Amino acid sequence: MRYRLSLKVGPIGFRIGSAWPGPIAALRGLYAGYPGPDDGIADFTVRLEPERPWRRWLRPSVAIHGDHMLPDAAPLALAHGLLAAEMGMNLQMALGLRRYLLLHASAVERDGRALVMTGESGAGKSTLAALLGERGWRLMGDEFALLDPASGALHPFPRAVSLKNSAIALMAADVPEDRFGPVLEDTPKGRIRHLRPRADAIARMADPATPALILFPRYGHARAIRPIGPAEVFVRLTQASTNYVSLGEAGFRALTGLVAATPACAIDYPDTEAAVSLVETLWANLDS
Amino acid sequence: MTGPVYRADSPALRLTIELEGLTLVYHRPSGTTHVLGPPAPELLAALAEGPADIAEMVRRLQRLHDLDGGGGIEPVIAARLEELEAAGLVHRG
Amino acid sequence: MKEAALLVRLLADPAEARAVPPAAWTGLLAAARAEQLIGTLACRLDGLDLPDPVLALLRDARAGAAQARMSALWEAEMARRALEGLRIPVILLKGTAFVAAGLSAGIGRSIGDLDILVNRADLPAVEAALIAAGWEWVKEDAYDDLYYRQWMHELPPLIHRTRDRMIDVHHTILPPTARPTPDAAALVADSVTLENGLRMLCPEDMIVHAVAHLFADGDLAGGLRNLWDIDRLLRDFSAEDGFWERLEARGRLHQLGKPLARALRLAERLYGTRVDPDLAGPARVSDALYVRRLLVRDGWGRQRRPVTRFAFYIRSHWLRMSPLMLARHLWIKARKG
Repeated sequence: MRYRLSLKVGPIGFRIGSAWPGPIAALRGLYAGYPGPDDGIADFTVRLEPERPWRRWLRPSVAIHGDHMLPDAAPLALAHGLLAAEMGMNLQMALGLRRYLLLHASAVERDGRALVMTGESGAGKSTLAALLGERGWRLMGDEFALLDPASGALHPFPRAVSLKNSAIALMAADVPEDRFGPVLEDTPKGRIRHLRPRADAIARMADPATPALILFPRYGHARAIRPIGPAEVFVRLTQASTNYVSLGEAGFRALTGLVAATPACAIDYPDTEAAVSLVETLWANLDS
Repeated sequence: MTGPVYRADSPALRLTIELEGLTLVYHRPSGTTHVLGPPAPELLAALAEGPADIAEMVRRLQRLHDLDGGGGIEPVIAARLEELEAAGLVHRG
Repeated sequence: MKEAALLVRLLADPAEARAVPPAAWTGLLAAARAEQLIGTLACRLDGLDLPDPVLALLRDARAGAAQARMSALWEAEMARRALEGLRIPVILLKGTAFVAAGLSAGIGRSIGDLDILVNRADLPAVEAALIAAGWEWVKEDAYDDLYYRQWMHELPPLIHRTRDRMIDVHHTILPPTARPTPDAAALVADSVTLENGLRMLCPEDMIVHAVAHLFADGDLAGGLRNLWDIDRLLRDFSAEDGFWERLEARGRLHQLGKPLARALRLAERLYGTRVDPDLAGPARVSDALYVRRLLVRDGWGRQRRPVTRFAFYIRSHWLRMSPLMLARHLWIKARKG
């Protein structure tokens, strides 16, 4: 394709091609400092292209194609090309990844140990991870955590954080302007702005961590910590994984291993600051 | 023997992990994971001895698990076996 | 070289993969994925010394194919259990048959829906038994239903309630609207038993079916994979005594002699398959067009020659339906909006 970019996020290499220069230029800016795939060989290909040839110029809209596709994925406005690229990369991971058990979860690391946060969209796991990433933790990823079936280690996937609506202003208080992408107004998900993780998170994207705590955060409720039994944790994590079934026995072994070895609980919090303090408390109590 | 005869795949084709009173089973031929509560694991264990009809199942469960020999247990076992059959863990014939 | 052509070369001669430069791999693998041949390629290249990222990708693809094989066989087993009581012949088709019989066409193959063939007279009983065992109609639509029942070679697709897998129940291998009319009764009568009591087509019919599939389904989409099936089936069976004579007879019986000859020529040309020259017949000018269409995939996984593709699409619709019926079909589809 005419415009293209290859990059590596955590252990996964991507090649993104576009019929228009805009999305690639925006990606280049946002992903400045990310390495390319090993030997230039990408794991996944994403194509941003017009659905019909004439739609390249006339009311251009970006269809998200690639190695793995959803037949009914709606195209996006060209102005939202960055979001299209993000969705295209997510889609490859969700539909195509086999090397790791993919958990729809955010993760941060401290002292070689990982905190994994998962829950339904809107539960705040993404914003919480991004904020922790500015406050003494290494951001491993805001969307996906990759569990290695062979070692049980968690691998980072530190893509650009996708901030939505009120989370944008919240993060702007902690983060310098030059790490933000352009503001995308009126996307199907509302207002979106991408945030490049801190340089250390990118530099250490090949370093895995040992899972130490699993949290199921829930935003907008009074502060509470609720225990969850391991069988429920297991079932919830199968639901949070896009490739649990396709990994077969390896997925079963990896996930039961994770659940047996890792404490877990649900936390409710009224705002993100309360969540940060809850997390620090739980983390400090882990060893006691 | 009367009534349907039930059989299950060899236990070697199942990966089983106990988790707080529930049993997680990975069934190799189908690649599916089942979360089983009692008495499903006990039924599978009883079928590991070979195919059995309901009456034989009751005998095996009495021997293996001190099951109370009172009447009316057959329909309960038949219903659970039917669930296991729908899940692909047990089949007839 | 176009990536599809490189893919075809590596499938035919895996050792050439060692000469592929790193820069060419991403495109090659994208083309292989788009043609649903990535698992096949991964199995063909197993054991070669290749760049590490390529080895990792091929390992993933082989694991994916192993998983596809397992779930295809399980789905067949569940259908077997559901239909066992009917005591009728149930024939596995395509990929599921290949893996169930351990044929080389099944190695690394991607497998989608479960396809089975039964006698037309058995359809109502099969339908009832499947529905009793948890399958349900994908769409509740009277017209589509009627359309399928009148004009298609299969029941409307059924999907299993809990396993979320589709089954296509065929009573022949081409729609009754298509010009050639295969001998469905012979397909069933000459099928062979598999270990578990299910059946598969006899080898020659399996090849004729793969030929029908190659030319009659869509606009040759997925053609490289279908042609690969034909290549592998021929390699598995062609050494048997009297094979080519039987293949010719079955091609004639099912009214697919010409497409069979074409497929043999294409397989020889693309995959170097050894074929019987008399049965394949002399090369025709139009063969080059078919080759061009089959090799249309580029290194981004796109099909790059829109004009060639469109011509084949029109052709494929004409092949499947007589003109009057095509008009009726399009009219009703249009009114339904």
